[in-house]
Amino acid sequence: MADHVVIVGGGQAAAQAAASLRSEGHAGAITIIGEEIHPPYQRPPLSKKYLSGELAEDRLFIKPPEFYEASGIGLKLGVTATAIDRSGKRVATPKGDVAYDRLILATGSHVRRLNLKGSSLANVFYLRSIADVDLIRPHFEKGKHLVIIGAGYIGLEVAAVAATRGLKVSVVEIASRCLARVTSPVISSFFDGVHRKAGVHFHYDARLEIFEGHDRVEDVLVNGEKLNADFVIAGIGILPSDHLARDAGLTVENGIVVDEFGRTSDPDIYAAGDCTVHFNPFAGRKVRLESVQNAIDQAKIVAAAITGKPKSYAEVPWFWSDQYDLKLQTAGLFSPTDQVVLRGDPATAKFAAFYLRDGVLAAVDAINAAPEFMMGKLLIAKGARLDPARLADPAIPMKNVAT
Amino acid sequence: MAKITYIESNGKEHVVEVADGLSVMEGAVKNLVPGIDADCGGACACATCHVYVDEKWLSKMPPKQDMEQTMLDFANDVHDNSRLSCQIKVSAALDGLVVRMPKSQH
Repeated sequence: MADHVVIVGGGQAAAQAAASLRSEGHAGAITIIGEEIHPPYQRPPLSKKYLSGELAEDRLFIKPPEFYEASGIGLKLGVTATAIDRSGKRVATPKGDVAYDRLILATGSHVRRLNLKGSSLANVFYLRSIADVDLIRPHFEKGKHLVIIGAGYIGLEVAAVAATRGLKVSVVEIASRCLARVTSPVISSFFDGVHRKAGVHFHYDARLEIFEGHDRVEDVLVNGEKLNADFVIAGIGILPSDHLARDAGLTVENGIVVDEFGRTSDPDIYAAGDCTVHFNPFAGRKVRLESVQNAIDQAKIVAAAITGKPKSYAEVPWFWSDQYDLKLQTAGLFSPTDQVVLRGDPATAKFAAFYLRDGVLAAVDAINAAPEFMMGKLLIAKGARLDPARLADPAIPMKNVAT
Repeated sequence: MAKITYIESNGKEHVVEVADGLSVMEGAVKNLVPGIDADCGGACACATCHVYVDEKWLSKMPPKQDMEQTMLDFANDVHDNSRLSCQIKVSAALDGLVVRMPKSQH
């Protein structure tokens, strides 16, 4: 048990893996190698309360800096791992090699970048890190025109903060609706309406071309219409940071492939969080989940496996998004062919969309509707077969819909 | 600033000073008090920062919002004095507060 566990990556999964290794009784050394200069921090608030300024930087930290020292967890921050030597069991960094007995890859993900004329200009931003938001925040001034590329969660959360602050906001989306990749048309249309009411302009089915100014983007041309932009934020998805694993010859398929115990194709190397792809029983296929839940739960099972108490990963995926005074909570994984059952009236901003797959509850999107989310999550875990009529009847409490 | 006593399910007490404006959850996390997971980081999205508020302090608690109440309805071992600690903002009025943690947050 005196193994040295090295964790590459310094985010949510890394912090959880280190903390869980200690709470599960791992006695050997633990070292986190993180590319960013900050100790592990929460990313979800970056596009919400950290962007709006409601939350100071130190409130993002998952554990206070003293935690790591008190727990015997070494933090090598601002250090980029450059290679894994599997036969020599060493991780290479510009500051020297780090030897490991067990390695956990918690390398996370990185933003997909625009590939357009002018997209590398100074006023085009991405939002993934504290450093990114620190660059964006000075531009959040009332009256400025922000063009957001991408109407996913990040794009919409940024739109909500910006519109609330009094910026002019345009959202440009290549698909025909917002959140198209992750949810049903009824939820998309609800969020579209909420944002429009707040003054946000949407451009769907967008053909996009960025015009260069001298050193900054001045105009964005969308479907032939010219939008004068003070600055641009692109939220067009994230990609798994799996290059170290790939270069080391581990099995990688749009993410590092792990089994239900978080093991990669090398028995001494585990992986957790955004960088992984795993067979998910609730999806019935291999998926790559980009979420706090997956980072935390995979990190826990990796710690359990390393400490000799393997537990297989079987958590219902869940997510949340905060926009204006709305809380969206999602459990399960939506598929476009699911039967949609609406419970409550979207006009009241308190409702849920349930997704049945062959009669079995597969997912739920709940808006300001915690019982629908919490009970939905339990019913998804059980594989409950539900009567759509009962589910759609708000007079039947959520606790009783399955009976 | 408020002095808060957190009591683990095994009876171990942690007395810490928590700055105004932080939540009771953050007070625990910042001071390395175990027993509060707070997976969602305080967004009232996960119900893993459940605590039992000492009876003497119940009347001084800020009221529960709907979201907190309904999240709690689905947590384990919920009692009348259950709260989600991420939703309790610390102020001088809570100086001396005592909360107990459940056996498990999951």
